[in-house]
Amino acid sequence: MLIKKASEFKYSDITSKNIYMNRRKFLAGAAAAAGAAALVARPVARWLKPQAAMAAGAKLAFEKIGPASTTEKQTPYEIVTGYNNYYEFSTDKEEPAHLAANFKTNPWTVSVEGEVMKPQKFSVDDLIKMAPLEERVYRHRCVEAWSIVVPWIGYSLSNLINKVQPTAKAKYVQFFTDLDPKQMPGLYSGGLDWPYREGLRMDEAMNPLATLCFGLYGEVLPNVNGAPLRTVLPWKYGFKCTKAIVKIVFVQNQPETSWNTASAHEYGFYSNVNPNVDHPRWSQKTERRLGGSILSLSRLPTQMFNGYSDQVASLYTGMDLRKYY
Amino acid sequence: MDLTRHTKWLKPPVFLLCLAPALNLSWKFYNVAARGTFDLGGNPQATIRNSLGTWTLAFLCVTLAITPARRLLHQNWLIRFRRMVGLFAFFYGSLHLITYILFDTGLDFSMVIKDIYMRPFITMGVTSFVTMLPLAITSTSGWVRRMGGKRWQQLHRLIYISAIAGVIHYYWLVKSDITVPLRFAVVVAILLGYRVVHYVMERKRRSSPPTTPAIKQSVVSA
Repeated sequence: MLIKKASEFKYSDITSKNIYMNRRKFLAGAAAAAGAAALVARPVARWLKPQAAMAAGAKLAFEKIGPASTTEKQTPYEIVTGYNNYYEFSTDKEEPAHLAANFKTNPWTVSVEGEVMKPQKFSVDDLIKMAPLEERVYRHRCVEAWSIVVPWIGYSLSNLINKVQPTAKAKYVQFFTDLDPKQMPGLYSGGLDWPYREGLRMDEAMNPLATLCFGLYGEVLPNVNGAPLRTVLPWKYGFKCTKAIVKIVFVQNQPETSWNTASAHEYGFYSNVNPNVDHPRWSQKTERRLGGSILSLSRLPTQMFNGYSDQVASLYTGMDLRKYY
Repeated sequence: MDLTRHTKWLKPPVFLLCLAPALNLSWKFYNVAARGTFDLGGNPQATIRNSLGTWTLAFLCVTLAITPARRLLHQNWLIRFRRMVGLFAFFYGSLHLITYILFDTGLDFSMVIKDIYMRPFITMGVTSFVTMLPLAITSTSGWVRRMGGKRWQQLHRLIYISAIAGVIHYYWLVKSDITVPLRFAVVVAILLGYRVVHYVMERKRRSSPPTTPAIKQSVVSA
């Protein structure tokens, strides 16, 4: 019998008069407490979670040192793989490392389309073997005014471009990042239009410094850094690079780029590192080099083209870089 | 649950609770500085600055929540904690400002001045801080006496400006993800909205005359 008889109740089962008379306030209080708990649950969980070290990936061998490689102090691996802007996963800079941990990068196809003689699909293996791999230690300058020095592994993008033979109509190259709502929780916030798209002028893409990158620190590219392949464009702000590339399209007209679509007056198509052209909301004259002492107040002066003027300035002779920011 | 009798001994633990975020950050700062750990992530100075900023907004919200809470829940003793919580908002705001001056400008005060008039989001941030300053200074009961309760209360309504400016400061500085600033905006809107509703209801209550039995009788008899 489901309904209890009076004799089966204990005195202690009776709700106290005080709670009964104030049951609505009690419920409201409980709801408020649950709400407050829900609000702080994630920050508390992160506070309790011990610092997880990034598992080392498979080794990736390279044959030589690439052009304009620097001997500056390289940024600690923990920072390069633990402090990332990868909004598909999270706008929090420390979350993508955890959230991208199980991102599936195999099998993977990169489709080359558009104004080319030989549109085709490549596997990552095809691409890695296309040219000798080089270690390229480049400065990486974020538009947010911090910078790192990363030993990337890859080769000049021109190797791939020459292989697919762009036609005379190909004036620009467009890159697209993978878009997978099942694996990328950040797609529903973040404020960008997806998939992430970027673009370069043909001569920029053909410059030896424009890198198709497959690894860093002597190993295969970690998921959080854009596995299985990404571009590295050391003379531009970091967001000009494309992570987890799935499509490369050769086009006639200047293509749309995600950050320019999001905020045109702040992020231009070229976005070359330029200490003389401020971001509307902050100065670009200096940058914080990550990996230094927390006690250090010193900031580095930002260099024109991130210090790669010798290699890329000729691409922009005669261009008003304030107008074409 | 009337805790009026218990407020005296409750103050030290509440004080420690309010100090906890600063203590947590200090502990992590010490670890990073002394042992080079990555407790504060890849950009520790930015992490500290951002954390102090959100705690400032959080404490502003808690301060603003005390009056609605004590009126709606009939817990008048809550007022005794308002000064402490308000001063902690000022405390975190000050630390947030100091970390910006130290690490983002490298103690370059000409850059600080330029930022204030050239970068709207920083103008907002400084507005939020500056409006907290007179409240911090006049937070003692001595000042309440000196100014008189009514004038003191009028001055302390500056916290409304501080909270609004703080939310706008946060909203204007994020690159694209407005999720957290929006949450604070909603909370501040509710807490200030409560005051608007309360003010309107008080005015109505005071302006509409109560119906007395004498008037009713004369209407009936006429």
